[in-house]
Amino acid sequence: MPTPTLAEVPMSDGSLPVGVERREFDGTERLATRGEPVYGEPTDGEWRAWNPHRSKLGAMLALEMETGLSGGESVLYLGAASGTTVSHVADFAGPTYAVEFAPRPTRDLLEAGAPRPRLFPLLADARKPETYGHVVESNVDAIVQDVATRGQARVALENRRFLDDDGRLLLAVKARSEDVTREPAGVFDDVCATLEDGYELLEQRRLEPYHEDHLGIVARPR
Amino acid sequence: MSDDAPTAGGWFAGVDPDDLEAGATAIREERQATPRDWPTLAVGSGFADDEREYYDILKEATTRAAEAAVSEAERADDRQLVHAIRAMDDCERTANELAERLAEWAGTVDPDAGTGIEYARELADGHRELDTDDRRIASLAERVADLGDDADELREFVERRTPTVAPNLASLAGPVLAARLISLAGGLENLAKKPSGTIQVLGAEDALFAHLRGHAPSPKHGIIYVHDAVRGTHPDERGSAARALAGKLAIAARVDHYSGERKPELEGELTDRIETIQARTGGDTAEDDIDPGDGSDDADTDARGGTDE
Ligand SMILES: C[S@@+](CC[C@H](N)C(=O)[O-])C[C@H]1O[C@@H](n2cnc3c(N)ncnc32)[C@H](O)[C@@H]1O
Repeated sequence: MPTPTLAEVPMSDGSLPVGVERREFDGTERLATRGEPVYGEPTDGEWRAWNPHRSKLGAMLALEMETGLSGGESVLYLGAASGTTVSHVADFAGPTYAVEFAPRPTRDLLEAGAPRPRLFPLLADARKPETYGHVVESNVDAIVQDVATRGQARVALENRRFLDDDGRLLLAVKARSEDVTREPAGVFDDVCATLEDGYELLEQRRLEPYHEDHLGIVARPR
Repeated sequence: MSDDAPTAGGWFAGVDPDDLEAGATAIREERQATPRDWPTLAVGSGFADDEREYYDILKEATTRAAEAAVSEAERADDRQLVHAIRAMDDCERTANELAERLAEWAGTVDPDAGTGIEYARELADGHRELDTDDRRIASLAERVADLGDDADELREFVERRTPTVAPNLASLAGPVLAARLISLAGGLENLAKKPSGTIQVLGAEDALFAHLRGHAPSPKHGIIYVHDAVRGTHPDERGSAARALAGKLAIAARVDHYSGERKPELEGELTDRIETIQARTGGDTAEDDIDPGDGSDDADTDARGGTDE
């Protein structure tokens, strides 16, 4: 779907990007984007609800974190899985590169991507950016990362090369992926400390009540 | 960049924009550590007329590349595992049968003849000699030892491969039992579609049919009997342990098939559950017949007849 021009869209809501709105579905206000439904989410005309319980980026927006997303930007999405979140991203953003390394969810990602002409699926390992550096353009406006695997900070550092100097890293850290036995708070401290090698951390927030033991981080390259 | 050609390093370098396969192959196979402004470079080099057309071609090529990679991976994985575990079982069974024959035969010329595949290896490696010129016994020993080696190699393959095909199932059941369950179900997808009650008795089909015909009690467990969670539990509670284990295995198989994501918490949940069950016979008066409560226990489709507890 072409990015709507400003004139077509009501003023965006607080920190929400253009193309993401709070709308009523069955009497409850929910985040929504415009596009083909992907995971059985409720729809209302062209709009489809974005479930923050199933999406860390959705939770970051629902919790009013300052993502810096404005709509129409270029995005590198790491850990796309079956496309739940990245399909919403492609609904409001510009060119969206979706990296996922597991073949099975990628099959569903292809389906979610079919009606989205600017969603580019890449079956690749986010720890090896040289395997997609010939495809993903430089200076993307945002990296969204949700890889739920050990070494999440390193993945963000490795992919910093794609991010514009004024761009934003929107990272969801899952504590259990780093160490099942440790206290999440300690894991988060370590991840943040590692991240600071390449990023300036602008905002951090636990994603409860949507996701337990996850930390949402907004950062920019330093 | 020191590259002279303006497109050097881009996936589209040297690719005909109309040749979708060539583009997809370049996406899958080329490497480039430093990203550049590919849309602008592609338009500048004449690969596309404008950015819009570049993105249209990129969409087709990335989609084609991902489809091809996914199909390849799907073909490669669980079918290979099913064949490997079946071949492993065949090799082991045949080796053991032949080893028995060998032991009997060797016993006629050597009163100290040993038994099993180990004895065949001793003969085959020449660590032990028979008091006869008859080569036929030694040749049979070599055959047995080779089959034993094949079985070992297949087991190594299964142990290495199962965790990539079904990571959660492999960590919960161990790679070999996980591969057996996949094989008995006829593939990971089939296993993922089975209710936990069926998984509980996979491998005990004969006993199950006897039960359904009305001449036998329902089997409490099939192949999952070899799991410590069942074998390590007092016989009175094995039915409950098998049910709890099957419930977690069913979830693991579904996660592995449908998402592929790791769920390390399943192991802890299983351990807790089994400890609770084992505590009932461990002198504890625990009367807590808890269901897993996670919807895993498809009681309605459970193949048990209810005589096991
Ligand atoms: C929590 S899921 C992502 C869910 C998805 N972001 C959404 O909201 O729709 C994490 C995904 O990251 C993928 N992943 C883990 N490690 C990865 C890596 N090194 N490279 C690419 N993907 C990875 C997993 O296969 C899994 O699909």
